[in-house]
Amino acid sequence: MPPFRPLALALAALATALTLRPAMASNWTDTLAAARGQTVYWNAWGGDTRTNAFIRWVGTQTEKRFGVKVVQVKLADTADAVARVVAEKAAGKTQGGSVDLIWINGPNFLSMKRQGLLYGPFVKSLPNAKYVDLSPGAPATTDFTVPVDGFESPWRLARFVFTYDSARVPNPPRTMAALLEWAKAHPGRFTHPDPSNFMGASFLKQALIDLAPDPAALTVPPTEASFRKETAPLWAWYDALRPNLWHRGRSFPANQSVQDRMLADGEVDIAMSFDPASAAAGIADGLMPPSIRVFVPKGGSLGNVSFVAIPFNAAHKAGAEVVANFLLSPQAQAHQQNIDVLGSYSVLDPSQLDKRQRALFAALPTAPALPTRADLGKTLPEPYPSWMTRLTAAWKARYVK
Amino acid sequence: MSPAQRRIARGAALGLVGAGILVPVAAGLWQTTLTAFGMVPGLSQTGPSLRPWRELVALPGALESLRLSLVTGLSATLLALILSLGLVAALTTARRMRLARQMLAPILAAPHAATAIGLAFLIAPSGWIARLLSPWATGWQVPPDIATVHDRAGLALILGLLVKEVPFLALMALGALSQVPARQQIASARALGMARAEAWARVVLPQVYARIRLPVFVTLAFSLSVVDMAIILGPSTPPTLAVAVTRWLQAPDVMRMMPGAAGALAQLGVMLLAMLIWVTGERALAAVGRALARRGARRSGTGFGLRVAGGLAVLLTVLGLLALMVLALWSVTWRWSFPNALPQQWSLRLWRDGAEGLASTAGATLEIALAATLVALILAIGWLQAEGPRARRLSTLLLLPLLIPQVSFLFGLDIAFLRTGLPEGWVAVVWGHVLYVLPYVMIVLAGPWRAFDRRLEATAAALGAGPVRRLIAVRLPVLLGPLTAAAAVGVAVSVAQYLPTLFLGAGRVATLTTEAVTLSSGPDRRIAAIYALMQAALPWLGFALALGLPALAFRNRRGLRGGVE
Amino acid sequence: MTGPVLELQDLTIVPTGSGAALFPPLSLRVTPGELVAVMGPSGVGKSTLISAIGGHLDTAFALRGRVRLEGTDITSLPAEARRIGVMFQDALLFPHLSVGDNLAFGLSPEIRGRRQRCAAVEAALDQAGLSGFYERDPATLSGGQRSRAALMRTLLARPKALLLDEPFSGLDAAMRDELRSFVFAHLRRIGIPTLIVSHDPEDAKAGGARIVTLDAGRAR
Repeated sequence: MPPFRPLALALAALATALTLRPAMASNWTDTLAAARGQTVYWNAWGGDTRTNAFIRWVGTQTEKRFGVKVVQVKLADTADAVARVVAEKAAGKTQGGSVDLIWINGPNFLSMKRQGLLYGPFVKSLPNAKYVDLSPGAPATTDFTVPVDGFESPWRLARFVFTYDSARVPNPPRTMAALLEWAKAHPGRFTHPDPSNFMGASFLKQALIDLAPDPAALTVPPTEASFRKETAPLWAWYDALRPNLWHRGRSFPANQSVQDRMLADGEVDIAMSFDPASAAAGIADGLMPPSIRVFVPKGGSLGNVSFVAIPFNAAHKAGAEVVANFLLSPQAQAHQQNIDVLGSYSVLDPSQLDKRQRALFAALPTAPALPTRADLGKTLPEPYPSWMTRLTAAWKARYVK
Repeated sequence: MSPAQRRIARGAALGLVGAGILVPVAAGLWQTTLTAFGMVPGLSQTGPSLRPWRELVALPGALESLRLSLVTGLSATLLALILSLGLVAALTTARRMRLARQMLAPILAAPHAATAIGLAFLIAPSGWIARLLSPWATGWQVPPDIATVHDRAGLALILGLLVKEVPFLALMALGALSQVPARQQIASARALGMARAEAWARVVLPQVYARIRLPVFVTLAFSLSVVDMAIILGPSTPPTLAVAVTRWLQAPDVMRMMPGAAGALAQLGVMLLAMLIWVTGERALAAVGRALARRGARRSGTGFGLRVAGGLAVLLTVLGLLALMVLALWSVTWRWSFPNALPQQWSLRLWRDGAEGLASTAGATLEIALAATLVALILAIGWLQAEGPRARRLSTLLLLPLLIPQVSFLFGLDIAFLRTGLPEGWVAVVWGHVLYVLPYVMIVLAGPWRAFDRRLEATAAALGAGPVRRLIAVRLPVLLGPLTAAAAVGVAVSVAQYLPTLFLGAGRVATLTTEAVTLSSGPDRRIAAIYALMQAALPWLGFALALGLPALAFRNRRGLRGGVE
Repeated sequence: MTGPVLELQDLTIVPTGSGAALFPPLSLRVTPGELVAVMGPSGVGKSTLISAIGGHLDTAFALRGRVRLEGTDITSLPAEARRIGVMFQDALLFPHLSVGDNLAFGLSPEIRGRRQRCAAVEAALDQAGLSGFYERDPATLSGGQRSRAALMRTLLARPKALLLDEPFSGLDAAMRDELRSFVFAHLRRIGIPTLIVSHDPEDAKAGGARIVTLDAGRAR
């Protein structure tokens, strides 16, 4: 029946297309059914009250809508949860694991992905993934230059910013060179978190990007030679900066939270954050004096996406997927971007949203200490993860005796 | 039951209690040792190898951490001992003694983490003391750039340990003092021409010390290996060994686990080294004392030293009480910026907003504490009921968990749990807490239990009461005071546990302590204060009940009221 | 007289881990209503003997020989099953119970019902001159009152034999006389075999007791 062949093919193709979509929908229906009644243990850094409150809100929503409870396991460090999954794997516990969902990115993601500790790829099967730009090279497809490959789902945007007290620093230094001059003029009034902490390491990375002779070298794993070459100006700059730091650079705040407290107390005049809304949020919460503001280095600043991932042995994978999917809903994203809630920018692609959904974002309140997207300037990509690992190791070897 | 059957039942009870405590310790140490020598089946390392140890030594700051632990631990213990003895020596009247007990009790009951958080809020460059004195006395418009917490020498950590350990040792010393005929001995020494303080130092002190030697070693072990307090007050670059080991064991890089385990064993070595140093010091001091006595010296300066120590101890107690007060202050603050002496805006909003989370965490903490205390009480009663003279000597073994650094075996115990398929989480945490609750319950309960007039039970037996009725209707009610005191101490000890909850809870069991320690490095001092205050409030409530219940039950029983107060 | 007889047969006590007995084997028969006083120097083991008969022997000692009551060998029975009452020097009222509840503690379970039990206790208190003392705190009683309450408590348990361990030595002379006559009057009324340990010859004389002397060498 040669004449009918093209038609048959076309019909077959159509049938496939028709069955494909319902097939996916029914998979999601299965997921929803399996998820109902589950309790998802979401392991997330617990140092930020607003984030904790947001996670509680997510739990009430998912329980109401999908019958999925969320319990936040508040971590002092995301590494704790990674260590737990590692320990479980070492003990041969390949199912029924204690971690269902992790707030993760960068080195922790790379470490888990490399060791095969992650479940997935699962992102494409989330219905709300359609709102995210997942085209090749889009920010949500790589995590610190490591391809995500569907093993983690985005939920919030992070951007490196400096915070400062405008009552004491009228003109903040907007380059690393200017920062050094300012620190020399105001010894003891600036510091950064300990580089063994994520925020401290990020500061070194931001400085490295600013000072490296060839920033392109940072997108691939470092070699002995490239590491030495790219970091040489950084160390020269840091050697000059360090004696002018708080405590003469002999000790450092443990993390960003401690440093935020120091900024609020007036122990330092400039601090830093990966959340552009942190100053506005701090003022609204009574944590910061009203004079705190945000600035971004002239050449732009590091930006990355925060993800959630599901361990390979998670006990409640379906529930975890439902939570990850809910996090990508326009309602959740708009709620999260509200300065009164979290104030962190949405990961959704505005062009994928309909008018009603865009209106959710347009209606959000503003605040004097909240930078606009334009204020934030250019987003610089994160270097390859091992740059950060090597950078902190080299810093320790140089400055910790 | 025949005597033989009874002996078997008694042996079984003793064995069960002993195994419940000693098996986890041994299993934990064994797994830590395996990991420390590279023998981790899941990680394609088959060992045995010394690589973890080489890596440990190569880790930045490892040796400095080790030195820091030794120095802070030894100096904190030595100073705590001197100050507590100075304090006890100064309690010459009943009124002073009562006042001291009242002042020390809230500090003693408050968990280490809560005290440390309060102390940090007090002594930091932007702390309450600086706020009270600025700018009028200091001229500071902004906090000074000096390290008063997290200082590299660990002075803040030593101070924090002193605030907690001086009350502990002082109360132990007071207990010991009541067994020494101090008044008569001092009188006779004074008749020989010694000043009062000198006589106390030379005659009473050695006898008191001999009786509090075990608590001193417990303090030494604790000070060397404390984690929560060292996170909150101690040096950070590098931290003390126990903190560093905890971090390595929880690092995302699995390969850190092995040098971490080696560090955990090194921590045990540090403990043994410190004990050796301590015992050597004891010997030397005893020799000096004997030489003085033989020379017939009437003055050595120790009397004066004791008076200074007593004064410092009082200052320290005030500091501890202020630390707890500043927690209360921060918990009702909305905004409080430097250098205001008091908050600019007050608010109960954080209590209200956080009430739900706080209540559930406090509930979880209390559940664990009550379960652990109940189990520990049952085990302690079982042991004491079954013990003969030989088991009585062995009962010191039950204190073993207090003398072994927590990091040295808790990590291994967690692995052992995973290996054997026992569930981590709630049950494991309760068991982990029992390891620490039971020793303290034994310390409180064993004395009154053994001193119980057995003829009361003989009388009850002659009246036809069997063993169960004798226990429930006679011994337990008569010992209600010590029992509630032991329960209160048990709750306080459980509420304060940090590492057992962290390691055995699979990260899922959140208590006021784990939350408070996490929040202490968070941005919000007010919430950290609320959690720390609640953490201290649970033991306070426990002690209030421990005093109140027997007093209420025995309000018409004069014969039992004395032992309760 | 009919009733239970308490018999000791070659009874001696050996400290565990040592071969030497405290005193030579003692054989004794105490008939119903009879009072036997065990005398001897202090430290010879009089109180230990009482403990052994009552079943309260410390694990540091072992008993050799047999104890029979009403012809039944009770040597290996636990104390609570022997039905032998004991009274110690300090009366040892339970400090957590009221005076009345102390008496009710040993009251035979055969008396049922709250009201009956209460009445039995009240009646015993009346006999002891302690009417209206049911709710009193034992710590507020005088020494003599305490001893009388203790005796009534012991008797309410309906023992088949009685052991008295220095029951009067804690009291002053006048009180001692009064209590002696109180105790011995009750013993005569009940008619059970009684063994008293004392260092005071007056105790034996007042009770018209047969005297057995224990000493490390021999028992007569």
